[in-house]
Amino acid sequence: MSGAQTSLSFRSNAGKAVGNQKLRAAMKHAADTFGTKRIDAFAPVADVEAMRDRASAIREEVLKNLPRYVDQFVASATRAGATVHRAKDATVAKEIIRKILADRGARRIVKGKSMVSEEVDLNAHLEAAGMEVVETDLGEYIIQLEGEAPSHIIVPAIHKDRRQVGKLFSERLGVPYSDDPQVLTRTARKVLREKFLSADAGVSGANFAAADTGSLVLFTNEGNGRMVTTVPPLHVAILSIEKMIPSLADFPDFIRLLPRSATGQTITSYVSVITGPRKPGDATGAKELHIVLLDNGRTEILGGESRDILKCIRCGACMNVCPVYRTVGGHAYGWTYPGPMGLILTTLLTGMAKSHPVVDASTLCGACVDVCPVRVPLVDIILQLRRRKVREGFSDPKEKAGMALFGKVAASPALFALGQRLAGRFWPVVRVLGGKDVAGRMPAPAKTPFRRKAP
Amino acid sequence: MRAQLFGTCLVDSFFPEVGEATVKLLRRFGVTVTFPKGQTCCGQPAYNVGYQAEARSVAGHFLSVFRGEDPIVTPSGSCAAMVKHHYPALFRDDPKMRAAAEQAAGRVFELSQFLVQVLRAHEKGFPGKGKVTYHSSCHLTRALGVLEEPLILLQSLRGAEFVPLPDAALCCGFGGMFMAKLPEISCALAEEKADSIVATGADTVTGCDAGCLMNISDAMKKRGSPVRVAHLASLLAEGI
Ligand code: SF4
Repeated sequence: MSGAQTSLSFRSNAGKAVGNQKLRAAMKHAADTFGTKRIDAFAPVADVEAMRDRASAIREEVLKNLPRYVDQFVASATRAGATVHRAKDATVAKEIIRKILADRGARRIVKGKSMVSEEVDLNAHLEAAGMEVVETDLGEYIIQLEGEAPSHIIVPAIHKDRRQVGKLFSERLGVPYSDDPQVLTRTARKVLREKFLSADAGVSGANFAAADTGSLVLFTNEGNGRMVTTVPPLHVAILSIEKMIPSLADFPDFIRLLPRSATGQTITSYVSVITGPRKPGDATGAKELHIVLLDNGRTEILGGESRDILKCIRCGACMNVCPVYRTVGGHAYGWTYPGPMGLILTTLLTGMAKSHPVVDASTLCGACVDVCPVRVPLVDIILQLRRRKVREGFSDPKEKAGMALFGKVAASPALFALGQRLAGRFWPVVRVLGGKDVAGRMPAPAKTPFRRKAP
Repeated sequence: MRAQLFGTCLVDSFFPEVGEATVKLLRRFGVTVTFPKGQTCCGQPAYNVGYQAEARSVAGHFLSVFRGEDPIVTPSGSCAAMVKHHYPALFRDDPKMRAAAEQAAGRVFELSQFLVQVLRAHEKGFPGKGKVTYHSSCHLTRALGVLEEPLILLQSLRGAEFVPLPDAALCCGFGGMFMAKLPEISCALAEEKADSIVATGADTVTGCDAGCLMNISDAMKKRGSPVRVAHLASLLAEGI
């Protein structure tokens, strides 16, 4: 985890991030690159809007009947030979996984990229039990070496440039310095290959779970995901319950939407469909497969007004276009998920008391809504959360008093005109009270307001 | 034709020249402009930060001031979007107020939208000069769906050269109360916007929202840039 940055200290985290020119440059470059690639990838697709509608409808159907789809998935995955575990929260999930691994004497664990495992802070728990956990996604590997958390859900090391990675590798791995991405990738690959071959177990996430067949579906680019799930004898997958999709037949739209939205690729290098453990005659696959389905507050979210966030398929497009995310990066948000969808999940999953400053982290510009492949109404949900913040008493007392005053003044023409006159007369004072950040950025009020010249 | 002008609190208090330009433009195209007495603000400052009761009280006041059937025209994409989309939602559970909100939502126009869609002002064109670029504000384009109208008007400026702004759709960082709550981010975004504007080589940047223009203007001033920041209403009205 990255120091003392919590969601509660968002404002000061953001201030620091804004002053960090290296971070700003890396973020802008990466966000622009993904933004442009996304647009290019969708350009030749004729029926994007219809595709988004269909994908959105499928996700909506899943949410409407989530308990049923989860039960169906459990039954079909079990039939396919997997062992399915239900975990109501992070603590239970971590302990289930530790026990599965410990019972089989697994000590060397290779991991594929999984934000859900970040959400429950799995690595620390396994390490505390004496296991060696190695992240095998290149970005994840980089930040694991650095002792950081991911700053993007798809591109975990998005905040680092290649020179920083070169320095890190030469320090930690004792290799000669190079900032050539090819050399760096080769270095990581060499280290990781050994880890794969000696691993007792692989732990992965999953992008989707097909309820009808009990299959896990993983989109990956580096081939590490496939190795994690097939090379070691034991595979443990952890995913949250809302990753359900009714049927494998529903996938074509998601296969077209997810990679384009996420990285601007027309398709990822690998799309793996894992249905149960290796069967006699199979060429690859783990001998034993465990699937941990995490709730961790989702059932509660499902019953609330902000349930639509559970439609999210974690493509990351909303963060790439978010002006706030592009400026401060992911760590400033203080928890696992950053950007528009991240601030929503952070508030809903960790609670308003631990996260309320991040609900301010939006200009309400709506760029996120424009790109979301499954039409999550992000701005509407952010507004819902802001109302909740006020309702639950987490807003700043000065702001609250100011707003109460505004509610009265702006509903009364006489008070409004008086306020205008006072602001005009005492602008220098307002400027001082309002500080350089606010009033200091506004011009002085007009000598004669428009209302006195209007027809 | 008649129209009710909603000046907006920002224009009323800080930028009366934009209000005057709006009146001039509307009159030029034969509109009888009324300025419903007692108007104040649309309520966004409260609504956008979650103060539902306060937003309702201000919106209720707006609806009591703007009555009748005439179109409501406002030189702000953001305030128009507030009336159009958020008023009906604000009064979801109050059938009487909801009907009033929907009635207002059905006749509210942002200025450029009204000029092009209703008055077809672009057909005659406007005298213009210099090199002009345009920042498309977020609520105007995304919430209200007004993308083409300002561009159509700019293209109708005779004698002016229009240069597109790179990343025109990227938020300028104003965001209403956002500017006050997270000023570091707000200023950083305004600077980024100012960079793009300077890079176009334009001598004027225009837009349809006084809030965004105020934010941009501050960033331009801080860097001592001579680029003029002018509301589209002012730009169109000065030649007529
Ligand atoms: S909210 Fe939409 S855009 Fe954002 S990560 Fe989820 S699916 Fe992607």
